[in-house]
Amino acid sequence: MIPAVFEYYRPKDMAGVLSLLEEHGDDARVMAGGHSLIPLMKLRMADVPHLIDLQDVGGLSGIDIGSDSIRIGAMVTQSDIIDHAGLASAAPILREAALQIADPQVRYMGTVGGNVANGDPGNDMPGLMQCLNATFAVIGPDGERDIPAREFYEAAYMTAREDEEVLTAVTIPLPRGGYAYEKQKRKIGDYATAAAAVQIVRDGDTCASASIAMTNLSDTPIYSEEAGTALVGTSVDDAALKAAATAMLGDIDPTEDNRGPVAFKNHVAGVILRRAIERAWSRA
Amino acid sequence: MSKKMHIKLNVNGKDEEFLAEPRELLIYTLRERLNITGPHIGCDTSHCGACTVTINGKSVKSCTMFAAQADGAEITTIEGIGGADELHPLQTAFKEHHGLQCGFCTPGMITRATKLLEENPDPTEEEIRFGMAGNICRCTGYQNIVKSIRAAAAEMNAAKEAAE
Amino acid sequence: MKDDVTSREERVENLKGMGCSRKRVEDARFTQGKGNYVDDVKLDGMLFGDFVRSPYAHARITSIDTAAALKVPGVLAVLTAADLEPLGLHWMPTLAGDKQMVLADGKVLFQGQEVAFVVAEDRYAAADGIEAVDVVYEELPVLVNPFEALNSDVVLREDLVAEDGSLPDGAHGPRKHHNHIFTWEAGDKAPTEEVIANADIVAEEEMYYHRTHPCPLETCGSVASMDKVNGKLTLWGTFQAPHAIRTIVSLISGLEEHNIRVISPDIGGGFGNKVGAYPGYVCSVVASIVTGKPVKWIEDRMDNLMTTAFARDYWMKGRISATKEGKITGLHCHVTADHGGFDACADPTKFPAGFMNICTGSYDIPTAFLEVDGVYTNKAPGGVSYRCSFRVTEAVYFIERMIEVLAIKLNMDAAELRRINFIRKDQFPYTAALGWEYDSGDYHTAWDKALKTVDYDGLRAEQAQRVEDFKAGKTRKLMGIGLSFFTEIVGAGPVKNCDILGLGMFDSCEIRIHPTGSAIARLGTISQGQGHATTFAQILASEIGLPADSITIEEGDTDTAPYGLGTYGSRSTPVAGAATAMAGRKIRAKAQMIAAYLLEVHDDDVTFDVDRFVVKGAPERFKTMKEIAFAAYNQAIPGLEPGLEAVSYYDPPNMTYPFGAYVCVMDIDVDTGVPEIRRFYALDDCGTRINPMIIEGQVHGGLTEALAVALGQEIAYDDMGNCKTGTLMDFFLPTAWEVPNYETDYTVTPSPHHPIGAKGVGESPHVGGVPCFSNAVQDAFRAFGNTHTNMPHDHWRIWKTANELGLHG
Repeated sequence: MIPAVFEYYRPKDMAGVLSLLEEHGDDARVMAGGHSLIPLMKLRMADVPHLIDLQDVGGLSGIDIGSDSIRIGAMVTQSDIIDHAGLASAAPILREAALQIADPQVRYMGTVGGNVANGDPGNDMPGLMQCLNATFAVIGPDGERDIPAREFYEAAYMTAREDEEVLTAVTIPLPRGGYAYEKQKRKIGDYATAAAAVQIVRDGDTCASASIAMTNLSDTPIYSEEAGTALVGTSVDDAALKAAATAMLGDIDPTEDNRGPVAFKNHVAGVILRRAIERAWSRA
Repeated sequence: MSKKMHIKLNVNGKDEEFLAEPRELLIYTLRERLNITGPHIGCDTSHCGACTVTINGKSVKSCTMFAAQADGAEITTIEGIGGADELHPLQTAFKEHHGLQCGFCTPGMITRATKLLEENPDPTEEEIRFGMAGNICRCTGYQNIVKSIRAAAAEMNAAKEAAE
Repeated sequence: MKDDVTSREERVENLKGMGCSRKRVEDARFTQGKGNYVDDVKLDGMLFGDFVRSPYAHARITSIDTAAALKVPGVLAVLTAADLEPLGLHWMPTLAGDKQMVLADGKVLFQGQEVAFVVAEDRYAAADGIEAVDVVYEELPVLVNPFEALNSDVVLREDLVAEDGSLPDGAHGPRKHHNHIFTWEAGDKAPTEEVIANADIVAEEEMYYHRTHPCPLETCGSVASMDKVNGKLTLWGTFQAPHAIRTIVSLISGLEEHNIRVISPDIGGGFGNKVGAYPGYVCSVVASIVTGKPVKWIEDRMDNLMTTAFARDYWMKGRISATKEGKITGLHCHVTADHGGFDACADPTKFPAGFMNICTGSYDIPTAFLEVDGVYTNKAPGGVSYRCSFRVTEAVYFIERMIEVLAIKLNMDAAELRRINFIRKDQFPYTAALGWEYDSGDYHTAWDKALKTVDYDGLRAEQAQRVEDFKAGKTRKLMGIGLSFFTEIVGAGPVKNCDILGLGMFDSCEIRIHPTGSAIARLGTISQGQGHATTFAQILASEIGLPADSITIEEGDTDTAPYGLGTYGSRSTPVAGAATAMAGRKIRAKAQMIAAYLLEVHDDDVTFDVDRFVVKGAPERFKTMKEIAFAAYNQAIPGLEPGLEAVSYYDPPNMTYPFGAYVCVMDIDVDTGVPEIRRFYALDDCGTRINPMIIEGQVHGGLTEALAVALGQEIAYDDMGNCKTGTLMDFFLPTAWEVPNYETDYTVTPSPHHPIGAKGVGESPHVGGVPCFSNAVQDAFRAFGNTHTNMPHDHWRIWKTANELGLHG
């Protein structure tokens, strides 16, 4: 499998990236680890006449844990997340999710930025970021702007990021409470049949707040506000779990693929969400 | 054809410089340009790990990286891990415990295992299975690969202790 | 006599002969990255060729415009069927007696079919050239289901319909419909129908053994180099049968066989994928002849999964009859076999459905009938034996499912049902109702050992408790106990029965002993990971008394190796292993004469002992094989030619019949359909064991491929004939994470007709493993009314079974 011809650029700074994007418009794509883009180029399913490699652009690889938020640079890899001790205690759901992405080699190359910016409904980080109510920082010719993760995804591979913009960082409000990232897949390296990201805050015996997002069950990640609301104020009992699942099922819209038909995916989505909530609640 | 790029790599301790099209995949650079044929192409889509090499300390599937991306990098392939004069303990253990059959996955498998043991010198069976899950073997069923890696780890740890 | 201080035990050990776990001699190069696979072959001026492939499953080709491609820098030639036609190479014979387009001749019959071959200076230019070839297709109706194909007016193979619309006979007799290939029958129809009609109990089931693919980690490829000066063609390639490839290349190219040298270098796994002859091989040869330069062709993974050699795709319908007590009286099997666009199955000529007629399994079934209909569809050709002897996985799956279905009908334990129907030890050699003569077996001993080891009764009790707990709402996991008892038929085979394209399926070994007591042996087979260089040297070491470490084994170069039919169908040990032993015995016979001469006694007065000939009654008087080898070359011995060499071509008197008993314990998450293998026990009886370490490795690997096939590995098409499983994202190859540890065990029942009693083992675990995994899944749902569900048991299909049984509330 050989990609079509392209020009390769490795600018040293963001200004260089932006000027290339401005010059080539639609014909240019930025690349982080390349593990989503390169296979598509090899299969000639992605036509990228101008490829801009971000690896030499500084300032994109930091993990900063602040008092109320965490900022993760776009070029931080899944394996960086897994190995970061501070992150493991500040936002353990990130590590739990990252470990379920692809395989060790791919996790060395796969970045947070690439995973969230690509818009591939199979990627795990977008749903996770919606659950965590992250904000994506993008930079473009008109300067920087922030886009909430929950408003970022429009359709498969279609996002609120403009073609001439680059995603530079993800900022997450410091998560509180119990967490779980639950994913059913056919094998290592597979996308989710269904996956759920859950973060729950407990107040005594009742749920104070809950955030729920689902992966690969629509053409975008699905943040299900109603599913979270269904848990708030309950003791996360069976009725609440059922209500949350029902609410979530109203939000997702899976399609049939080799993993199975819609009825199966809906059922598994419900089961996976229940398990995620139960696990998160047990940790809350 | 696009403009050729000037690329410098250090492969197995040796500096290499050449001109290549940007679309040249690193696996082809190694195999066809530098005649380093230990890493193989199995799936083309970063699932099987037969092309695994170590780049700047990371296990990477070289079928899914352009040589241009690796410009300036230090690369280790199976050929740089050990040879007839001095075998790496993993190479010895794979033979000793029948951790290979057709041999096609073996270079990638051992290369990945060197990195796994570097990060986790005394892995459990489960950690080995998880840490090796980016490398597919069609022949062995993995049981003897796991055994080989555990044996190599024990050997390496014993050698380290003896040295201390 | 100086080495006589060594004890006999030490001398045996030094040989590293049969029965020891000798470490593999192949491993040094593989672990150091010094293997030599076909894509490692690099020749001066070598070009690279690759295919324009059809995006459609069924279409007429209106035009092919290569002009733009020829302008792509680096592209030297674009071959189409029109270019090959004058050479008579636009079609080629298949192994099944059909013919197959090398390049699309006016139409395409499956997605991915080879349409044009672009030859370029490197793979980049070839890829660009492929993009620039302009092919105009006119889409035709697509048939992906064989039953529909048999009822359709759409003609897939116009070349097989006469001008008056009549259907000429195919390679295997009359054809019933224009999309029908053959009907093949075994056994007696009327008596079987009668037995079934009058039986106490009849169980019926329909099952689909889905299409899958051997998918070795190395794809197929070749490098052809035509030396126009000397008129010699050298062809490197992924060939499981290099000698047969040489003959085929000679027959279709017109080159004389002595001018063709075929080399199978190291092969990165075969599993049946590399038995066939593919258009890529032919095109690399033609392109080399046309350009005068070496031409390499290497598949990518998508090409591999979509075009070269699928396996299975059998729609099987069975009826099995029994007495009320469970004694089986009759078996009927009908198969509708989907062969794709061309019949390119790799089976012996007389067996268009392979050895499917081993489907009476390990059971004493007095009456049986098998009928197989082969059908053309718009899917890739192939039909290879994926890690099995010809269609034996299908046969064993069929009978091991039918036994379970019958057990359900009888309300009987499936282990007990097997036990009361096994062929008894004293019945061997046993002639089965469908014709095969089983050489040896001791099924009851193996079965009892297996059931005892796993505590079968304990497992059943645990399972019953689990069912209660499930019904009481205490658990959402069910437990399945998968049983399988298989008999393989391997080692094709007797030349009187078995040939491929007229080539008799013997095999061969040629031994040359060097004067200083080391040796080289060459065989007609080719290892793809089985470790032949290790194990064949062990056979020889035991036979000729020279250490295995002093014996080089060479295979795969037709210029040096003796003719043989290659490695597949577990035939290397049964056939080439036998040839090796027989050639070794010829060496030993001559060595005995030399020893007698040197010891100044009569030939009959010396006897072979491990590594030497000893004078009977005078153990201190001996000549070692090393001494004998030296004398053979350097001492004039009256009446004997100098040298010590032998060759044996072995035509086996019968197949061998390895068998085994497998048990799998599985937990199934009813809500997600996720299975978890708790335990897998595999007892194999492959007769005499040459290298236990290698046997165990083969069993682990075969079981893992069985797990894959049973639990998810599938080549799937949509209604338009688009292959949905073209990459390893969707085609399931398990990683270390998905695979359990296996427990291995054995009994030893030697083959009575094989020179060393060995039967072969490489494929047994796959053949026995698939029904075992499948039975575990199905058994988990038996208590809730399941009789049969089709593989692959991926998450959604398991979930579907649970759903249909009402287990989701």
